[in-house]
Amino acid sequence: MSAAGVVTIVGGLLIVLALVYYLVSTILELRKITAGLDEVIGSVTDILQKTEPVNGIVDSINANLDAGVSALEGLLVKKAGMDDAVGLIDGLYPGAAAAGLRDFPESATVTPPRIAEVYTKGTLTLARLGREAPIAMANPAGPVLRNVEGGSLAARALYPEVRQTRPEALPRSPVIGTDAPVQYEQREDIGAPRKRRPSSGSAVE
Amino acid sequence: MTLWWIGNAVLIAVVLPVVVYLLNGVLQAAKSIVPSVRRIADVTAAGSKDLDHAALLVTTDDQVARTIAGVAEYGGSLDVIIDDA
Repeated sequence: MSAAGVVTIVGGLLIVLALVYYLVSTILELRKITAGLDEVIGSVTDILQKTEPVNGIVDSINANLDAGVSALEGLLVKKAGMDDAVGLIDGLYPGAAAAGLRDFPESATVTPPRIAEVYTKGTLTLARLGREAPIAMANPAGPVLRNVEGGSLAARALYPEVRQTRPEALPRSPVIGTDAPVQYEQREDIGAPRKRRPSSGSAVE
Repeated sequence: MTLWWIGNAVLIAVVLPVVVYLLNGVLQAAKSIVPSVRRIADVTAAGSKDLDHAALLVTTDDQVARTIAGVAEYGGSLDVIIDDA
């Protein structure tokens, strides 16, 4: 055999070896992929089986909740009236009044009254007793008894007029006593020996 | 004979490298798929496990139905007790 023939055989053999090596390696990797995909298919099948009844159950839950919402909305509107119901909802969930009640489309146009703020027990007591708290601003019995915004200044009216003008400085209190720079009873007899009263006998004389 | 040597040179210098290059590309592509498939399998297994509690929706549905029934009864009582606006 000539040298050229040997080189040809060696070259062909190298190509075959390369083909065998790489193709076998590829086959092994593809088998790994197949095994992984089998796991994926198993898990996806489990997911499908587990989620199969979800749609029906969720529809049932939503139907029950819809019935509850309709009943509560109807009861609220019936008992509180449309305006107060919207005000209550807007107070509990600010901005919710814009969406309105689901079964009452006209409620979206109602301007929510300011009646639904959550107050402390003390505030409610004040509102109930003296209608002095802001909650009483919407009291159907009428307006509040005093200006709630300037309520803290109401006590100022108890002082003389000069204090109501809010002067920057009021006159200082006078200094009193014998060493005071100004004697308010400027009489000559102050500090002098007391005059003796005439005796009763001389008066008789 | 000269052409034979030229053919040998082409076989070893061109054909063999090209074959090795192409087969190596196929092998690397196949290897790159394996981690992705492994991650997908892990995710789907975790997703399937997360849905183990989906069966509890049946209990939730039953509880919601009972709650709504209670609310309806309570609302009926309120309807009687409280005056209408």
